[in-house]
This record gives sequence, C-alpha cells and structure tokens, in this order.
Amino acid sequence: MDTMIEVRNLSKRFGSFTAVNDVSFAVRGGEVLGFLGPNGAGKSTTMKMITGFLTPTSGSVKVKGHDVGDEPIAAKQALGYLAEGAPAYPDMTPVSFLGFIAQVRGFKGAELTRRVNTAIDKANLRSVAHKKIDTLSKGFKRRVGIAQAILHDPPVLIMDEPTDGLDPNQKHEMRMLIAEMAKDKAIIVSTHILEEVHAVCTRAMIIAQGRLLFDGTPVQLEQRSKYHNAIRVAVRPSSVDDAVQKLRGLPHVKEVEVLGHDKGQVRLMIFPAASVAILDEVSQLLRAQAWPVDELSVEAGRLDEVFRSITVAGAEALT
Amino acid sequence: MNNIIAITRRELTNYFATPVAYVFIVIFLVLTGIFTFYLGGLYERGQADLQPFFLYHPWLYLFLIPALSMRLWSEERKTGTIELLMTLPVTTTEAVLGKFIAAWIFTTLALVLTFPVWITVNYLGNPDNAVIFAGYLGSLFMAGAFLALGAAISALTRNQVIAFVITAVLCFGFILSGFPLVLDFFSGWLPHGVVSAISYLSFLTHFEAVTKGVIDVRDAIFFLSFIACWLTANVILVEMKKAD
Repeated sequence: MDTMIEVRNLSKRFGSFTAVNDVSFAVRGGEVLGFLGPNGAGKSTTMKMITGFLTPTSGSVKVKGHDVGDEPIAAKQALGYLAEGAPAYPDMTPVSFLGFIAQVRGFKGAELTRRVNTAIDKANLRSVAHKKIDTLSKGFKRRVGIAQAILHDPPVLIMDEPTDGLDPNQKHEMRMLIAEMAKDKAIIVSTHILEEVHAVCTRAMIIAQGRLLFDGTPVQLEQRSKYHNAIRVAVRPSSVDDAVQKLRGLPHVKEVEVLGHDKGQVRLMIFPAASVAILDEVSQLLRAQAWPVDELSVEAGRLDEVFRSITVAGAEALT
Repeated sequence: MNNIIAITRRELTNYFATPVAYVFIVIFLVLTGIFTFYLGGLYERGQADLQPFFLYHPWLYLFLIPALSMRLWSEERKTGTIELLMTLPVTTTEAVLGKFIAAWIFTTLALVLTFPVWITVNYLGNPDNAVIFAGYLGSLFMAGAFLALGAAISALTRNQVIAFVITAVLCFGFILSGFPLVLDFFSGWLPHGVVSAISYLSFLTHFEAVTKGVIDVRDAIFFLSFIACWLTANVILVEMKKAD
C-alpha cells in the first residue's frame, strides 16, 4: 500500500518549551499506528500538526501526498480527525451535526442523507439521533465524534484517545470498529492504555518529551520486556532452595525469582537469557524432578514495564 | 461558497436552537418600542417620519450587538469545537464570513420585525418612505460594523464576558469618536491630522446623515470598509489564537 502519512523532521516549540522534537515517520494504508507516551509527551501536538490545526515550527507533514502547509484543504479532505475530548456543537443533535459536517465535506441531497445514515449506523447512534449532543453520555459523545470523522470514508484517520472514558463494552466496540476500518485506511490512534496497542495496532510508537523513542510492532515492544518468554510456575518441590538452585542451573535460564510460598507450594518467575523460549527445558526439569505442578504459564511480556523503562530511561538520557 | 453557506446555516439554526434568538428579538423589539414612543416621543412630535426610531439605534446596538457577537468565536474556543471546525476542509476566511453573515442576517431579521412602527407612521401620515428605507439601510450597515468588530474581539478570548465588555467599550468609542469626550482624550498628544481622522470614524455622524435621507456613497463605503477591516482582523486573530 502507498504511504498515506509522511512526517518529516517535525518540531514544535512553544516559547522555550519543545513539545515535539524532530519526529519523522511514515504510515501506509492498512496500518494502525498506536501512539504511546506519558501525558504531555507530545502525542496530541503531533496529531494536531498532522491535521493542520497547529502549524509546525519546522518540518513538514504530507497527507496522501498533499503538504498540510501548502495544500491544507486537499489534505483535510483526505483526513478524518477525532480530537481529544471529541468536541461537537452541544446545541445540535447528532443528525443535524452530521448533516453540517456532510455539507462542509461537499455532500448534497440523497448522498448527504445516505452518508449521515451510514455514519449513524456505524457509530451506533440510532437511539440518540435526535437528542441534543449536550445531553448525551460521554460514550455517545465520543461516538458522535467518531461518526463525524468517518462520515466521508477518509483514507487517513487520526484519533486522539478514542477509548478514553468509555466503559469496557464501549471500548470493545470501539476497537472492533477500528479493526474493521483498518483494512484500507491509514489510522493513527493515541492512547495510554497499553492493552489497546495489542488489541488494535499493527505498529506502536513511543514518544516521550517530544522525541520518538520506539517504533516497531507490538510484539517487538513486548520482546523488550524482561518478562518476554518468562515462565510463571506454581510447584510443590521438596525444598524451595533446591528448586531455585536446579532451575538456575538450566542452560538458558538467567534468573529465578521467588514470588511467594505457602503450604509447600512455591510460586516462581523464571527469566530466560536473551528472551529465548525456555518452556521446553523448564518442563523437562519439572517432570524429571516429579514435582507436582499446580500452574504453569508463559509470559508474553509486560507492556507497562517496557513503557516505563523506555520513557523513563529516554527522559533521563535527554536530561 | 458552499462552505460559507453551510456555516451560515449552522449558525443561524443554532440561534434558534437556543433561547438566545427569542430573548434577543423580544428585548430588541420592546426596547425599540420604548425608545421610539416614550423617549423619542413619536406621537408628540406630530411628524410622519421615523427619526425618533432611528435616533436610539446606536445606543441599542451598543449593548445588544456585543451580546450577539461575544459567543461567535469565544464559545468555539471554550468548547474546543474550533479544533473540529479548523480541521474540516474550510478556510479561516470562509469560517469568519459564515459566522459574520449569520449574525448579520439575524440582526436583519430583528430589524425587519420592527415593521409595525413603519406601518404606524404610514397609517398616521404620509412619511417619505425612501428616507425610512435609507434609515433602515444605515441601521443595518451600522449593526454590521458593530458585529464585525465584536466578532474579531470574540476571537481574542475564550471568555464571553470579556469579549462583551471590550466590544461594548470599543463600540462606545466609535459611536462617540466625533465628540469631545473621545477627541479631547487624543487631541493633547496626537497630531491634528490623526485626531480629525478619528473624528471621521464617528458612527453617529455617518449614521445621522443616512437617517435624514442623505445617502452619501462615502457613508456606505465607510461602513463597508470598516466591516472589511475588522473581518480581516478576525481572520488573523483566529489564525493566531485558535490553538491557545
């Protein structure tokens, strides 16, 4: 697929504060890019520059080949944007609001009605279509914002914290909607919920203090975790020290951590050297020792831990 | 063009979706009535014209127009919808024009609804309807000038009260800029040419000429260029302040 979003050496300074510092990346159709970062890291500022709301201090953004600075209208036509907090005119109803958006997007007559109806159905707004937006719940307001962003079926979709403040069911629906749209669009989603990255994104980026610190797949992000391929077991060995000793002796085991023990049962976390798979050798040892195993699972990696180590270490390296 | 119409329509519907429109129109009509018949003494004068009616328009606009214009941009900034509007495929100029035209159409509507006064004088006597028409036109231009100023000020702040107060003060200054109250303030330290330029900006001078039936192209040009200046300022201010 073609490159849909091209960001080059993008920087934004507010006075002496640098919100975004020399960020470059490209997103192709079919990709769902998850923007991660602590609050105030520059995620929203980057998104605002991509959508043309903020003018960059330096650098450029191209949306579907149109430079946002030189051809703002063409770029905005190719964009759907859900801003943080999903702003919408509070005195309008979803139907009249979407009608206005459709008009501005250049739709007329039957096509306008069709677009508005499709957007309402996709965002599940039928039940509140004629209520004032002001009176809607947070979840519905967010969906009005989504409906507005996808009304013109844009090739590029930018969403700033689309699941923020939604209940678990609504979050699930939102993820399904994003996954469904992902086939042919380039989508950027910002979030600070890490499971979300795994649930919807094909690619993850971590930004802290305005700098791009990680760019890769969610799996690569997990591999950065020391918990990646680690094994959690609950066993009943003859003695705790003996079990730890024997497990440490395995060729690819780097470290064994005792998580706790009671009534003869020991819970252990076994860390592999260099993230290699150690399930095989651990299970062979357990069988050879004939310790009863109550529980055994392989860890995929802990994103929150990776997130913390990347953003904190990155921040320290910068200061 | 399509975008301007869409924005104008949205704004206009919005006036009527809230009590703003009804409150504004009712207050406007009640006040014009009071000013015309009690303070202006329309009957007592025994003349078939609308002089007393138009006489108070600048003062009425002084606090009613800022109330109308204060929300134009402040509200968008406060609720964050400016981010939505400015990331739609619309130019800032289109948005500024759309909002201004909507507010102007709305004041036109309020002004048109004063027609019973016109019917009254026509019933009682034989007024010069051309003069009355000129008066309405002048009033409309003046309202447009206040609105353009108010819209630009509204882009300066998220706070509607601040927008209202600053707009009202500036409008007051422009109404009276031909009078000693304003001119004395400047005459001490500004060159004579500048002071006479300021006195030329007086709304009252331009408006009174029009209501007396003296239609001078220069008065029309004055109001139109005043509107154009403030709309340009509005575009610049929105660009500068939208993301603050």
